[in-house]
Amino acid sequence: MWTLFHKFGSPKWFFGIAGRLMPWLLALGLGLLVAGLVWGLAFAPKDYLQGNSYRIIFIHVPSAFLAQSVYLMMAVAAVVTLVWRMKLADLFVQAVAPVGAVLTFLALFTGAVWGKPTWGTWWIWDARLTSMLILLFLYFGAIVLGSAISDEKASARAVAVLILVGVVNIPIIKYSVEWWNTLHQPATFKLTEKPSMPPEMWVPLLLSVLGLYLWFGWLACYRMQTEILRRERRTRWVRELVRAEGH
Amino acid sequence: MAFDSLSAFLTMEGHGSYVWVCYCVFVLLLTALALWSRSRRHAVLREQRRLLELEESGTREQAPAAATFSRIHPS
Repeated sequence: MWTLFHKFGSPKWFFGIAGRLMPWLLALGLGLLVAGLVWGLAFAPKDYLQGNSYRIIFIHVPSAFLAQSVYLMMAVAAVVTLVWRMKLADLFVQAVAPVGAVLTFLALFTGAVWGKPTWGTWWIWDARLTSMLILLFLYFGAIVLGSAISDEKASARAVAVLILVGVVNIPIIKYSVEWWNTLHQPATFKLTEKPSMPPEMWVPLLLSVLGLYLWFGWLACYRMQTEILRRERRTRWVRELVRAEGH
Repeated sequence: MAFDSLSAFLTMEGHGSYVWVCYCVFVLLLTALALWSRSRRHAVLREQRRLLELEESGTREQAPAAATFSRIHPS
């Protein structure tokens, strides 16, 4: 059990596995994403209430979905960092925090642009929008704190604590549309119920969510590999790899 | 196809600008993330190669002499 744990925690092992997975993740992710977006943009029927502006959903929902689940993944990694001091967990946090911030920004931006024709305003301080803005600041906090502390282990622990404190925001985002009266519409997908949309709308949405997930997987692997190359400079295998890349 | 013509597809009954701005920003930011990550990878590799070469040239040549101490005689 412990040998397995150490194997999964080893940067060298991860580097190899990631390299093998990445082409699949990228090809499948981009394929699904393009299929979902083209379908949603050009072929899905118009919404009877919101007209064509609802087509923003095909990028808004995947971005918002990923923004929250990336944060949850970072929180799991933060626990692993604090309890087991696993190198890979901190590598993951450092590598994906900027990606999560961009996805959160995209969710806020597309939401604002969607809000203008639908609600008549770009922004209101409603519960869902405000809690998403807090998520963006949590991402910024994790990035800035991580780069402000130069000692690797101290920085990993500080960022992990910040992420775990911020995790309270995630259920607030999720239930904000139910707990408070907000302008934001309720969730499109629920695990326990059938979607309220016809399949011509939710199938492309599902495709773009899956596609963005896989694309994120690819980018996370790639960025983690880069971090490994930077941090494991002193190990022999990284030296050999760097030497081989140079010729 | 949900639209009759290309112009209908572009204007989307007045909602076109909102929809297209969102899609463009989405594609732009994802592309920027990927390109930024790539340039970072190249920068890290370049730096590691430089350090490696520096170390190798350092070991091949004679290491610089350790600091020497000379006795001074305060008058």
